[in-house]
Amino acid sequence: MERNKIISELNEIFEDIIDEGPVSLSDVTTVRDVDGWDSLTNIQVVIAIEKHFHIRFLSEEIVTWKNVGDMIDCIIDRKEVK
Amino acid sequence: MTFNELKKNIKKDFFGFKKIELALLGDSSTQLLAQAIRGSGYDKRLNIDVFDADYNQIDRLIMNVTSELYVHEPDYTVIFEASHKLLQKYNKMNEVERTTFAENQFDRICKLTNILQSKIKTKIIWFNFAEEDDRIFGNYGNKIQSSFIYQQRKLNFILTEYSISNKDFYICDISSIQNRLGRNLLFSPSIYISMDSVLSIDALPVVAESIVQTITAIQGQIKKCLILDLDNTVWGGVIGDDGLDKIQVGSLGIGKAFTEFQYWVKKLQQRGIIICVCSKNTESVAKEPFEKHPDMILRLNDFTVFKANWDNKVDNIKSIQQILNIGFDSMIFLDDNPFERNIVRESINDITVPELPKDPAEYLEYLYSLNLFETASYSTEDANRTEQYRIKSQIDAELTLFSNENDFLKSLNMLSDVQHFNSFTIPRVAQLSQRSNQFNLRTVRYSEEDIKRIVESNRYITFSFTLEDKHGDNGTICAIILEKRKPKELFIDTWFMSCRVIKRGMESFVLNIIVKYANKNGYQKLVGEYVPTDKNALVKDHFANLGFNQVDKFWELEISLYKNRDSFIKIKER
Repeated sequence: MERNKIISELNEIFEDIIDEGPVSLSDVTTVRDVDGWDSLTNIQVVIAIEKHFHIRFLSEEIVTWKNVGDMIDCIIDRKEVK
Repeated sequence: MTFNELKKNIKKDFFGFKKIELALLGDSSTQLLAQAIRGSGYDKRLNIDVFDADYNQIDRLIMNVTSELYVHEPDYTVIFEASHKLLQKYNKMNEVERTTFAENQFDRICKLTNILQSKIKTKIIWFNFAEEDDRIFGNYGNKIQSSFIYQQRKLNFILTEYSISNKDFYICDISSIQNRLGRNLLFSPSIYISMDSVLSIDALPVVAESIVQTITAIQGQIKKCLILDLDNTVWGGVIGDDGLDKIQVGSLGIGKAFTEFQYWVKKLQQRGIIICVCSKNTESVAKEPFEKHPDMILRLNDFTVFKANWDNKVDNIKSIQQILNIGFDSMIFLDDNPFERNIVRESINDITVPELPKDPAEYLEYLYSLNLFETASYSTEDANRTEQYRIKSQIDAELTLFSNENDFLKSLNMLSDVQHFNSFTIPRVAQLSQRSNQFNLRTVRYSEEDIKRIVESNRYITFSFTLEDKHGDNGTICAIILEKRKPKELFIDTWFMSCRVIKRGMESFVLNIIVKYANKNGYQKLVGEYVPTDKNALVKDHFANLGFNQVDKFWELEISLYKNRDSFIKIKER
């Protein structure tokens, strides 16, 4: 799956869940860069991503993500294994 | 509703909504549930201010009387102890302790509620436990007293029994929610690990809605009437086309679904829900199955109003509403025809019109899932309601025969039993207090416990009134609470009346009784107040009509100037 396509789909998911206006993610975006992205909304974002891409993350890998790039790597990895 | 939609509700305007203070205490993370409760309240026009207590502070908050909980003085205290945490406690016990685990847990819960209820007036909503089985004994756990499944089920049952005896203690039945949704939907291991919440994102709206349903029922928002279409709703097929022997009801095929549906309606009727018919049919044809079909569960005398004609359904439902004199928001209309549903929904704002599934086999499961008939009280008088309303619709019909209303009222031979509140009348008074919306001057809601406190206090004088006439006994239909606010002055704290007995001159009779009491006990002035709500415009001019004078926002009546008002109701001698 193409990286840019994933990013644009992630933008939509973030905007819907966080509900604080437009979001423009990139590989280097971190929690600090997005208003309203906190530990409470993060879990909702993760669940929404799982639903959207029909994948499951492992509980322990979620905490290792440092930025959106790591998140996307994980999505691509899971998609390929499927 | 998804959780995300509920979250968006939170940003909407709650202006004019009823404010409710709610405290949420949990031994797992409850932040998301707090958001879901507030968002869910929006749809019921409730502005629920949620005090989401710090995590795992239940005992400290309740035992320490100077804690934030008591500063907050919540109307509702919701306590959510998760079965996961219960299992953790159980894990630490030895075999002997496990045998009495349920009792010991209940003792603790009981102690906490006692402290809480002795300090503040709050309604408690306690979660029971979503069943969890550690499978240590497998199915054999049922035969082992010390097994977790045994102890947990026992604790759930003890809580249910406790809630019967403690009027202000309600159960949030998460065990039933889990039965419906399934364990895998209610609980998500990854959310439990990452944020210590035992509810999945998708379960949040369902659990929040369940709490809000309990609250709205306590606040008096309840359904009182179910209106049924007939063809393909109550039986399969079209009676006018198929004929009596071809409609489907009974134990065969799809008939079974309609039979079970009818049993459900019958149970609602027995509980006191008013059942009516609104069907496009020739009346005699529509009535035939109820009279002649051997497999019908419902019979004609189960219905309070039976409208089978070729007029449009909106007009028929409006006429049912006028006869019953209850709000549209307390009525439900069931019809298999999407076209009829839409017209009714569009023309009558507040009525509930469930989107019945296409397949009648799914009717009941769908209706169960809606939980339409949540309530916060039940008494045997409820069960007689069909009878009482049938009498009322009969009287309305008779009224048209009398040219002079006074002649009509006289002919009713009305008697009223007037009492100070006592142990027999208190449950019914409390119930009316929860339910009366239209004829209610101040709409202060009192629970049974509240009423008991009022009766014990010497600050208040109370009266309850029954009304019977030649047609039958309506039971207790009116209550008055007078407060000795100032010397020589009585304030009408509460005046509510059942709409069943409107236009009978009951108001004049009640005022005569109050003034007689005031006179005898040396009071000089009676003060009333009308507090407007969405629903009580009916009594807007109540005090003016009874000769009170407006003074600012209050209404005053000089006892010495009062002349007894005409009334055709006599005091029932005992």
